Amino acid sequence: MAFIEIRDISKSYRDVPVINRLSMSVEEHEVVSIIGPSGSGKSTLLRCINGLEAINHGEILIHGDRITGAGVDVNALRRDIGIVFQGYNLFPHMTVLGNITLAPIKVLKLSKTAAEDRAMTLLARFGLAEKAKEYPDRLSGGQQQRVAIVRALAMDPMVLLLDEITSALDPELVSEVLSIVRNLADEGMTMLLATHEMGFAREVSTKVCFLCDGSVYEEGPPEQIFGEPMRERTRTFLRSIRDARRI
Amino acid sequence: MAANPASNDIAGAPGSARRLNIGGMPSPPNALLFAALVLVTIVEAASLYTIAVLRDALLQSGVASWLVSALAGFLILASILIALPLTRAFMRWREVRRAVASNDVVAARAARSEAQSCGWVVMGYVFAQFIAVLFAQFLLANNQAVAKTFFFVPLMVETFPLVLKAFWINVEIFTVTEVLVLVWGLVVALAMLAPGTAGKPLRVIAATYVDIFRAIPAVLMIYLVGFGVPLTGVPLLKDFSLITFVIGALTLTVGAYVAEIYRAGILSIHWSQAAAARSLGLSYIQTLRYVIVPQGVRQIIPPLLNEFIALQKDTALVSVVGVVDSFNQSMLIATNHYNLSVVTTVAILFIAISIPQSRFVERMMQRDRARLRASG
Repeated sequence: MAFIEIRDISKSYRDVPVINRLSMSVEEHEVVSIIGPSGSGKSTLLRCINGLEAINHGEILIHGDRITGAGVDVNALRRDIGIVFQGYNLFPHMTVLGNITLAPIKVLKLSKTAAEDRAMTLLARFGLAEKAKEYPDRLSGGQQQRVAIVRALAMDPMVLLLDEITSALDPELVSEVLSIVRNLADEGMTMLLATHEMGFAREVSTKVCFLCDGSVYEEGPPEQIFGEPMRERTRTFLRSIRDARRI
Repeated sequence: MAANPASNDIAGAPGSARRLNIGGMPSPPNALLFAALVLVTIVEAASLYTIAVLRDALLQSGVASWLVSALAGFLILASILIALPLTRAFMRWREVRRAVASNDVVAARAARSEAQSCGWVVMGYVFAQFIAVLFAQFLLANNQAVAKTFFFVPLMVETFPLVLKAFWINVEIFTVTEVLVLVWGLVVALAMLAPGTAGKPLRVIAATYVDIFRAIPAVLMIYLVGFGVPLTGVPLLKDFSLITFVIGALTLTVGAYVAEIYRAGILSIHWSQAAAARSLGLSYIQTLRYVIVPQGVRQIIPPLLNEFIALQKDTALVSVVGVVDSFNQSMLIATNHYNLSVVTTVAILFIAISIPQSRFVERMMQRDRARLRASG
């Protein structure tokens, strides 16, 4: 059995289906890139895994334990599944340190000093130690997103979900965020990333899933998906991305 | 032009046939300055007449004559100040004519524009002075009846300690009510936002409460609670003091408004903040407590303080159930002396506590805006 098993899930907002009988699996230490046109359900898929959205049909298992449907303690589940959002979503009324230590103190019941020690270690590791006392609005977009990643890591998650984390960034700030992700991949962090950075997805992932109309249209190792995609719509999508790059 | 990019026939370039159409030689603003002159004359005459009447009135009421003369002299000097921009305007007007005579278009335009703006400045000053004169005439009308009825200084000074002491009752009522309302409003707001099917009865009760108590006039609530609850003889409740009852009535009324303010503040926080908090494993209550409410409260401080200022004024309503607050006290004195100046004292006291708070709210909002701009 795989580490994360997604079995035949569906999700619709009112009558609009967003995810449609989607199945996929993720092994431990895998980095899975989820690519696809906008509206194909990438973000919704990640939010379902995290329990931020309830699914209408199917089930998701982690280590064989069902994490969707009735009787699941979503608060406990979310401790172990970190998510980083496109818009950072830092808490503007707290310092960087406050943002990072809030959940460890309130949810994991760590002492303030223990939580701060851990936060400072992580911040130092990603070159953000001197920003600990700053408020988020004093940081650049790239720094904010790196803080958001540290905030998720401070909960010591088993899986990290990254939802288009570079889409809101100015181009010159993208690499500082991606280098953190590369770093985490090298350490063996299990990650699912919804992304438009095709070059990065190709370099960092162990598997790529192309989503289309709410289900997995084609999946495989990055060399195959990006090198010689088998199916028509994958080819069209990748061609249009490449064309956009050329301009 | 696009067809021949090598052409140097661009608008504005030397030798171009096209010129900006900015009109010919300007004429001096005769009509405006004449109107200004006439208005200044009228208003100045009215001012001098009013100052003369004021001087007579003060002398009659026995104010030292040197003081009256000094005041009158000062007022006359002040009233003449409106003539200053007028003289400036006429100097510019002469410059316009000189520049026109020497055919200097640029100088003429500059001088005309200055003459015009001076003319409008005069108009503004004249208008303000006219209002001041009207007000002074109102006070002095009918042998200074207005001034004596509303601003009879000796009585105001004499009764001030008594009124100030009664004003402490108002202060006590609104201070306690503000503290209670801060807590009660938040409780109601959170009830209005209670989640899920389980929260539905709570939501309905809270929304009904807010609807009803926002609709009932505060004075009615004070009357009903202040007179009604003691009549019912309900044990425990009936033994509270009258002030406790009016505080309760005001808390119920204002609490409904404050709950709406809290709710608006909480709803103004983008849902992505809640998503981020929940995704870290915080519970619903923890998310409200540490993420949503602290941010919401920051947003609502200005409307909350405005609501408090309104509440402070509403404390004057407690006189309907016989609490001797400053308004009630002043009415008693007013009846005894057949003069309303003491009520003016109460008005001044309310103004004195309200203006600093209003300015404080404004400054706080300005600071918030500046911070937003700096971060944007």
